[in-house]
Amino acid sequence: MRAFLVGGSLLLALAAAPVRAQIDISGEWAGKYHEDFDDRVPGDVQGDFTGVPLNDSARRFAEAWDVTRVNLLEHQCQPYNVAHVFRGPMQFRIWAEKDPATQSIISYREYLGTYQQFRTIWMDGRPHPPDYVPHTNMGFSTGEWHGDILTVSTTHIKKEFYRRSGIPSSDMTTLVEHYIRHGNLLSHVMIITDPVYLSEPYVNSEEFVVMERGNQNWLYNCEYVMEVPMNKNTVPYYLPGQNPFIADYAKKFGLPFEAVFGGAPTTYPEYRTKLEQLMNRR
Amino acid sequence: MTRRAPQVLLGLAALIAASGSALAQSGSPFDGTRPERVSYSASDKDARAGMDRAERTVDGIEIYHVQGNVYLLIGSGANIAVQVGADGVLVVDTGAAAKRASVLAAIRRLSTGPIRWIVNTSADLDHTGGNETISQAGMTVNGNPAAIIAHENVLARMTEANRPITELPLNTFFEAGRDFYFNGEAVFLYHVPSAHTDGDVFVYFRGSDVLVSGDLFTTTQYPVIRAGQGGGVDGFVAGLNQMLDIAVPQYLQEGGTYVIPGHGRVCDETELLDYRDMIVIVRDRIRTLAAQGMTLQQVLATKPALDYDPRYGNDRGPWTSAMFVEAIYRDAGKTTSGKQRVSAK
Repeated sequence: MRAFLVGGSLLLALAAAPVRAQIDISGEWAGKYHEDFDDRVPGDVQGDFTGVPLNDSARRFAEAWDVTRVNLLEHQCQPYNVAHVFRGPMQFRIWAEKDPATQSIISYREYLGTYQQFRTIWMDGRPHPPDYVPHTNMGFSTGEWHGDILTVSTTHIKKEFYRRSGIPSSDMTTLVEHYIRHGNLLSHVMIITDPVYLSEPYVNSEEFVVMERGNQNWLYNCEYVMEVPMNKNTVPYYLPGQNPFIADYAKKFGLPFEAVFGGAPTTYPEYRTKLEQLMNRR
Repeated sequence: MTRRAPQVLLGLAALIAASGSALAQSGSPFDGTRPERVSYSASDKDARAGMDRAERTVDGIEIYHVQGNVYLLIGSGANIAVQVGADGVLVVDTGAAAKRASVLAAIRRLSTGPIRWIVNTSADLDHTGGNETISQAGMTVNGNPAAIIAHENVLARMTEANRPITELPLNTFFEAGRDFYFNGEAVFLYHVPSAHTDGDVFVYFRGSDVLVSGDLFTTTQYPVIRAGQGGGVDGFVAGLNQMLDIAVPQYLQEGGTYVIPGHGRVCDETELLDYRDMIVIVRDRIRTLAAQGMTLQQVLATKPALDYDPRYGNDRGPWTSAMFVEAIYRDAGKTTSGKQRVSAK
């Protein structure tokens, strides 16, 4: 009888075990900034629109963008949203929440040091919420494993920017991420779709390295205050044709403005021929 | 005296029933739709404690707990806000007439308590179509159908439109605002003189910390400016600034005060801000072009709202992008502007 019980328990345990153990992405990760350093660490130069498949509506928005708008009380503490935050200096922590009875993963949690953001990636197959619920900076995420690649889909993201130079992102943005671990490195790939401001998906990748001893820079504080006397309802912007900074990046690097502001076609290798022609013409 | 006794008993029974309503009493567990810094609960059991979507849907009307005592009913034309509690039920707007029975059923899913008050944020049919049904199903403390409150200009507009007397907001006010206490919190009604129309009201539930904007703010389209009914673009800016003064984010521009727009999804201060910024920028562009002597057709050709058209614009339907531009252009004739960095007053 005892043997039967032990055998039964073993069978139950085997049956409850995951079909295939996935690679563990838990840990504390810090960015490696060998790619796009200028963009990600010191921050972009005014007028830098390169590499983003912006459409005409995004161009019009960028032309009107006056960076002093972030001085407004309501703008001061607005963090990067999930489609942007990985593009800045960042370290983040990932851990798994498991069902105590089955040990299956209910969700991955992330804590992002930049702007002190929490995030949940639901792994239990739940649907995304209906359209009428609030959007958040981190959005609503669900994930699934494809081999050793964790693929995450995020909706319900707040409007923000793809770049501080004034390339806007809309609240209709959706994000697909791939997390790929290679030993102590984690590759993070983002595919952003935005029917309002992008003419085609905007693809980025970043590398993160595991922090064996952790790090201390996990807190962020922001208090919005009026720093100079002004009408608090002023909305700084430039009328069409009047933005004095729009060509700053092009001038700084000696590039034709149309190449900087050109959107999707300028992101493909074949554009180098066109760029050469433009440069030779100058 | 004998006539009032049954009403008192009825009221008491309704209050007891209201206090026992499972949905109305449920908390606000983390369900993945709010910023986690604000409302995260580590317990997945909590996340699943609320009703599922099927239980929250009544004949096509979906119920969403916004915050505190306040719920959103969506699926009947304009959004409807319902505040429930021990005093009974307060309803902000009543949706389209075609869905009035469903709206009443959805309210009853939230509470069987007496519907005491209805607030109309404008005279529009998609906001007031269920007035009669909801009012007749309710009861003031003295036994009349639930009182319908609105700014007096709404009553004037609805009277002009020959709406039946049972649909009319006969409890009107003419001041800049009105307030009262209901279900354990202060309720503020603010009149915005000239925005969507001349009778717009937005509502603030102070304890629940929820704003109900009416059509002063939507997430689905450009502001609908009914100049023929006293509307104007500057009123939108003024009304949104007033709501921005009230709204306070809980953490990094998220959470805190939530906003139920006239149409579309639940928002917080950030979306109010973006909408205000958009109106100011587009308004000033159009005014600048008008001040330069451009005709309406010339202004339209410049696509003055190009940066917002894919988000809020419509090429067809009752309120197109061109109609929005035209409304501001016509409005520009009444004002002078054209300066860069024009401030929203």
